[in-house]
Amino acid sequence: MSQYILRRLLQLIPVFFGTTFLIYALVWAVPGDPFAGKCGQVACPPAYIEMMTAKFNLDDSIFVQYFKYLGNLFTGDWGETFNGVSVGELIGNAYPVTVRLAFIAVAIEAIIGLSAGILTGLRGKGFLDNLVLMSTTFLISIPVFVTAIVLQIVLGSEWGLIDASVSEDATIGELIVPGIALGSLSMAYIARLTRASIAENRHADYVRTAVAKGQPRSRVVGVHLLRNSVIPVLTFIGTDIGALMGGAIVTEGVFNINGIGGLIFRGIQNREGATVTGVVVLLVVVYLLVSLIVDLLYAVLDPRIRYD
Amino acid sequence: MTDPNVAGGVSSVDIAAAGVVDNSALAHKPRSLGGDAWRMLRRRPSFVISAVIIALVVLIAIAPDLFTSRAAGFSDLARANEGPSADAWFGYDNQGYDVYARTIHGARASLLVGVFATVLTILIGSTVGIIAGYYGRLVDSLFSRIGDIFAALPFVLGAIVILTTFNAPGTNPGAVTIIVQVVVSIAALSWPVAMRIMRSATLVAKQLDYVKAARGLGASTPRIVFRHLLPNTVAPVLVYGTIALGAFIGAEATLAYLGVGVRPPVVSWGVMISDARDYFRVNPHMLLFPAGFVTITVLAFVMLGDGIRDALDPKAR
Amino acid sequence: MRASRGFWGATAVVATAALLLTACGGGGSSKEDKGSGATDANAAVSVYGTEPENSLIPANTNELGGSKALKPVFSALVGYKSDTAEPYNLMAESITTTDSKIFDIKLKKGWKFHDGTEVKAKNFVDAWNYSANGKNGMQNASFFEQIQGYDEISAKEPSVKEMSGLKIVNDYEFQVTLKGPFSVFATKIGYLAFAPLPDKFFADPEAFAKNPIGNGPLKFVSRTPNQSMKLTRFDEYQGEDKVKFKDLEVRIYTSQETAYQDLLSNRLDFMEALPPAAKAGGKYKTDLGERLVEGNLLGISALAIPYYVPGYDNLDLRKAISLAIDREQIVKTVMNDTYSPADGYVSRGIEGFRPGVCEFCKYDPVKAKEFWAKSGYTGKLTIASNADGGRKEPLVAACNSIKNALDVECDFAPATDFGQWRSIVNGRKLTGMGRSDWSADYPSIENYLNPRYKSTGSSNDSTYKNPAVDALLQQADQTADKAAAIKLYQQAEDLIAKDLPQIPVWEEKGVGGKSNRLKVAKLDFGRLADYSSIEVAAK
Repeated sequence: MSQYILRRLLQLIPVFFGTTFLIYALVWAVPGDPFAGKCGQVACPPAYIEMMTAKFNLDDSIFVQYFKYLGNLFTGDWGETFNGVSVGELIGNAYPVTVRLAFIAVAIEAIIGLSAGILTGLRGKGFLDNLVLMSTTFLISIPVFVTAIVLQIVLGSEWGLIDASVSEDATIGELIVPGIALGSLSMAYIARLTRASIAENRHADYVRTAVAKGQPRSRVVGVHLLRNSVIPVLTFIGTDIGALMGGAIVTEGVFNINGIGGLIFRGIQNREGATVTGVVVLLVVVYLLVSLIVDLLYAVLDPRIRYD
Repeated sequence: MTDPNVAGGVSSVDIAAAGVVDNSALAHKPRSLGGDAWRMLRRRPSFVISAVIIALVVLIAIAPDLFTSRAAGFSDLARANEGPSADAWFGYDNQGYDVYARTIHGARASLLVGVFATVLTILIGSTVGIIAGYYGRLVDSLFSRIGDIFAALPFVLGAIVILTTFNAPGTNPGAVTIIVQVVVSIAALSWPVAMRIMRSATLVAKQLDYVKAARGLGASTPRIVFRHLLPNTVAPVLVYGTIALGAFIGAEATLAYLGVGVRPPVVSWGVMISDARDYFRVNPHMLLFPAGFVTITVLAFVMLGDGIRDALDPKAR
Repeated sequence: MRASRGFWGATAVVATAALLLTACGGGGSSKEDKGSGATDANAAVSVYGTEPENSLIPANTNELGGSKALKPVFSALVGYKSDTAEPYNLMAESITTTDSKIFDIKLKKGWKFHDGTEVKAKNFVDAWNYSANGKNGMQNASFFEQIQGYDEISAKEPSVKEMSGLKIVNDYEFQVTLKGPFSVFATKIGYLAFAPLPDKFFADPEAFAKNPIGNGPLKFVSRTPNQSMKLTRFDEYQGEDKVKFKDLEVRIYTSQETAYQDLLSNRLDFMEALPPAAKAGGKYKTDLGERLVEGNLLGISALAIPYYVPGYDNLDLRKAISLAIDREQIVKTVMNDTYSPADGYVSRGIEGFRPGVCEFCKYDPVKAKEFWAKSGYTGKLTIASNADGGRKEPLVAACNSIKNALDVECDFAPATDFGQWRSIVNGRKLTGMGRSDWSADYPSIENYLNPRYKSTGSSNDSTYKNPAVDALLQQADQTADKAAAIKLYQQAEDLIAKDLPQIPVWEEKGVGGKSNRLKVAKLDFGRLADYSSIEVAAK
């Protein structure tokens, strides 16, 4: 087991280089001159463009740029944005907020999604099942930006239950509604996945055996059924934590949350390789660690899986 | 509708069918799995309803002119923002477009994007996932890590790069080009999820006794994969697929919102939803009708997927 | 069949919930503001802001995000009245010239920077020399282009360190010599790029940008990137545009819609623009009621029809397109009266504006069709623009109008963001028509014409070239007498209106909003809050 963990940790190294290079290359490939829109309707003075190009090494080939970036990164320098703010500082401000939001969203989607899924999976077809089916489908088919805006306007400006925007502190209370908007899609998916998984495992031999042995229902469900059914759900939640930490661009924008998503989006728009790469490096490392933990959890939950 | 709880377990017909399937690996030319599934499906109202809805949506997509005489680009600014009426069943939007005509014409792009992006995502994801799960070790590590890299890419960044590299912004590429590009970009950025699901399902299925037995008997790899692994692993992927279909129609809306997705003259439900986001307080019909169509279509696919899964899974009978 | 009934029941529940949610979207609440009462001179005010795109140095800031914080920190030689856009002497005691070539500028005495040092003539001269210097790569360097010696200093490797046209006479007086007569110069120097810089700046410009020190009514306190910029009143300020509150927070929002929600609930005090969702159906009028703030902007929107696109060098085509756009209708329905139709190349309110300069800017589908037939143009038309920030809707409507009037295919072609969009335009890579909006930097007819329609203009998006126009514009620039110069500019405008290098479509009205805490708040022509007008009601 420990060997497996070590191997996975070692794999982080090539993935780290692969991803950073890929991201750097992608930002580099976004068409458009980063300084073309800087001076409004007028083209910027050549002196300005030359100075900025030199400052951000934009004249070098993509490989040289990338290695210069890596070199700085290893000395703890995350680079600078075009408007002269240190990327490290930006990430330091934004990351805690995003992590908080991601965990709230995951908690919400896991709690609601799992309970809806378990409930409908155990009860089978009926009104409740169809209600969950309908509402989850509805959530899935509406893009997140619409869900977020509707929640904001209805709960915020119409009913006055929440503030339309999240303050600088971004407290947990303020992040609940954005968390619901952010988690709505995955919530629907978790509910569906859990339901399908339970419905399938309900007929599995080990459940029948447990029932035949005369074990109480609560034990059959709690120990045998849930433990086995939750594995694919767990995979998904793991993948989702990683995704939510980087994919909250829309929700963060709507609720004016100063998080990582907005940072990436502005970085892409401004074609700032340093910002985007810096943030994504962090996301990839987090993502890889989370997926390692999820893989390890499999082995704990499902004795049939062995890592060797 | 066979409800196991109500029916008190498994009906005799199903037991018989299950028995045949269980022997199918050994007996020659039995009733096929597919044939059984089809017989079972036909009796399920939810399957029939969803099949009819999908058939209708497909028909709308193929021949929108059967349903509306107006072109998607028809606009009458003087009637902008009018609610539903006999003239325009779903009302007019802020541009004076007939919402009904646009919804009908939007079916094609939405369906194409949703279905093909899902199919492509599932195909890539399942293939890689099954290979990774089946072979394990180095192959698994390699594919899993490649998947991680793609999964960690921000969707917006990837999509902007892919879509703007293929056609310069400010230009006006043809409908087919842009739909193919949208499908490819969505699939390229979404397959790791399907892969992870398939891989973990394969890891579990690989340990099942009969799979081990088949391997021990020297069955060929394709045979093991297609006869034994796939039927056991397809269910979670299928669930993901039906959900993904809806999500991809939504993703297409996000791309349209960013100005890199489907663009005029092509209409899609996603474009309509994206256009409606600023106006739904004033013109709720702008949002409700296309969103309603998306919901119904996705719902039909979800129910279809559920039905097929239940029918294909011998244990669920 | 039990399940089936359950299915429809569930459908009904979800559908009703959806309807309820959206139905609740109707009806807004507007609170009456208090028109009278005492003013709280020590109140804090928050305004809507966006993240500055560049470092906070006056000569490096030309967009709203940075200007919102920098504008009140610096006071230039002249200011502009917020309602009439008329220039008046702010830091300047007097600006005198006889030939519009040599300007003698005297400063008011006793003005101080926020660090306590006095503002002297050398602070202006040094700042201008620094900003124009090619080595420093300032964005606004070209603002100094009329000054003698600009060409030498703005080179990549400048041969000089000072412009020969700038001469310090004494601590409170300096002389500016231009390359040639330029009558608008005395108006132009009110622009932010002409602000004075304290000695501290030159020691370490980068550190300065993190904590700018100016001579304006407000001083800079702190900044948290992507969150806020905080300013506070400078009590020793001498100018007439003093502020009547104490603290200013420029709060950074990524979504205008969210800021608007905050404005409605009085958590934000001022917005200079409204989001598309508020404009939809004219909702902002009922939302805001008396809290609506209106002003005049120096903006004009046009469609560029580039001469380099094959087939576009065709006057009949230009006329046909222009006549086919139903400006009145689009402005009314799609833009909900936040714009007004344009029929000329200069904003109303600017000295020298005349209505109806463009005779082909009125909707006339019959005549449009005639010109279309005459033009012999075949093929589809496109209008390209960045699609974000509500740019798309009016252009889609314009396309539809053209489509309906001329019976031709017309599509909107989006780019993702402004940067990408401008690189297409600046790179001359348009494949059809393109959005070409203009916001004048200073209130003068000159700034509407020179950059846009002179063949060497910096924002000549259509690559328009007419020697007669060039000659008239140059003659106007060199005319010392203001009234005579305006006449010449108008003649140039008439020629332009005949060639239709760009089709004027609409001009933006300034529409913003304030919280009910503010008794008074005005919008200036540069789309900024007129900070000196803001009065907060005492509690």
